Amino acid sequence: MSELKNLYQEVILDHSKRPRNFRPLEDADRHADGYNPLCGDKVTIYLRLLDDRIADISFQGSGCAISTASASILTETLKGKTRAEAEALFETFHNLVTGQPVKSADAPALGKLAVFSGVSEFPARVKCASLAWHTLRSALAGEPAVATTE
Amino acid sequence: MASTRNLIHAPAREALTPGFDVRKIREDFPILKQKVYGKPLVYLDNAATSQKPQVVIDALLRFYTQDCSNVHRGVHLLSERATQAYEDARIKLQWFLNAADPREIVYVRGATEGINLVAQTFGRQRVQAGDEILITALEHHSNIVPWQILCQEKGARLRVAPINDRGELILEEFEKLLSDRTRLVSVAHVSNALGTINPVKQIVEMAHARDIPVLVDGAQAAPHLKVDLRDLDCDFYVLSGHKLFGPTGIGALYGKARLLESMPPYQGGGDMILSVTFEKTTYNHIPHKFEAGTPHIAGAIGWGAALDYVTFIGMDNISSYEHALLTYATEAIGQIPGVRLIGTAREKAAVLSFTLEGVHPHDVGTVLDREGIAVRTGHHCAQPVMERFGVPATIRASLAFYNTKQDINALAEGLERVKAMFG
Repeated sequence: MSELKNLYQEVILDHSKRPRNFRPLEDADRHADGYNPLCGDKVTIYLRLLDDRIADISFQGSGCAISTASASILTETLKGKTRAEAEALFETFHNLVTGQPVKSADAPALGKLAVFSGVSEFPARVKCASLAWHTLRSALAGEPAVATTE
Repeated sequence: MASTRNLIHAPAREALTPGFDVRKIREDFPILKQKVYGKPLVYLDNAATSQKPQVVIDALLRFYTQDCSNVHRGVHLLSERATQAYEDARIKLQWFLNAADPREIVYVRGATEGINLVAQTFGRQRVQAGDEILITALEHHSNIVPWQILCQEKGARLRVAPINDRGELILEEFEKLLSDRTRLVSVAHVSNALGTINPVKQIVEMAHARDIPVLVDGAQAAPHLKVDLRDLDCDFYVLSGHKLFGPTGIGALYGKARLLESMPPYQGGGDMILSVTFEKTTYNHIPHKFEAGTPHIAGAIGWGAALDYVTFIGMDNISSYEHALLTYATEAIGQIPGVRLIGTAREKAAVLSFTLEGVHPHDVGTVLDREGIAVRTGHHCAQPVMERFGVPATIRASLAFYNTKQDINALAEGLERVKAMFG
């Protein structure tokens, strides 16, 4: 059961039940849809950029606890960050959830995202955790198609 | 009946065990002894694939150790043994399904390939622009997509007979959709997502009254119900070996002989021909006309051993046992607060699909997994069914005759754990 507790930490359960920034963004200048066909997780990320910074960010969608919490903590973490910082965090987060080493220099930037370290023990759930991030990337790049984790 | 020749691998005809001792049966399945994260394996994902009794594993081993050879082509002893075992397995399947003739049994990779074979041969030959194919709202993707491809290619129309909120086919609506443009009806015998048993005999009668042929997808039915193709009188029937306690990669298409004979070939190659020149090639007789290349010989033989095994137990015994277990499970899981059963048809087999309020099926599945419980979560290759019931996914527990009340109790306890964690 302890591994499950590593996956479903309090923070994750909290964010899945009461997701933050869970609303559409009226004045968004970017948005992207993400969909995980294997399990049905759906997420839409909305962005408002000011110069190079993410001035505001929110999300909508439906999915499992992991995907919801991931999107919620993503929006909290990325508010105010630059595009470069967001891209760097994508890489760091990806390493974290796939059990690859995270450079000690990158670790502090994770902040609350570190709670997803347990996902690496549950390979079937990696896509749930990373869906929001793939979608975020699509939104930043202004890609037209729906993002997936493939 | 089929052949008078001496069958070395004679199929079992009678049920030897009138009673049903599930503990003894479980001992025949080596995988069930396994521990998962230190907990006993509770395997409730039989609709995805079934476990294999030792006799099937032994049959595979015996083929590769003693009889391994290609079929139909050699004159040496091993090839004769392999051919005999392979063709005897075909006869076992014929008897298991009560088909009239072993020539009506075509080996394919699985039910999915069987449906694709019919779509690409019978379908391409018979369906023209403006024609219709009729399916139902509870089909697996394998009984939707091949028809969509065919309809797109031919400019034909796919019609879908609706289901009610219990997951039952609305027979009156189905009948209304039978038109003079309908070229084929294709329906599941048992729904993999809902467990609904369709009234296939009635469906066949209704369609035949209008000279419309019927394909029945028996992938989820054949492991759980006694199938009598002569009684059912459908024109095509597909099933998969790996769901019927046999190896993966083998399945069968049953087709009435006169239909199979009239259909063009599916895949071209060796074994499906009588003679080949660059000017003209003549095709083999059925069923070999549809079996190009080296088949899954071991798969067919292993499947034959599985058919013997379940025939010894008796499909009627299996059916009654599973029915009682499903009733127990429906009660035990259905009464947990927050559980919503999806698929509550009056006639059901083997499948219990449900959602748990406030918890995504994916999360339920992960928690249950750590309890040693294997269920399936997702859309079960039946996205239209999920949409019909307004859910993104369900948790599906699917039974086989080696499951027990203890398995169901473990599932119920697991769900309580989930609720405690996410409550």
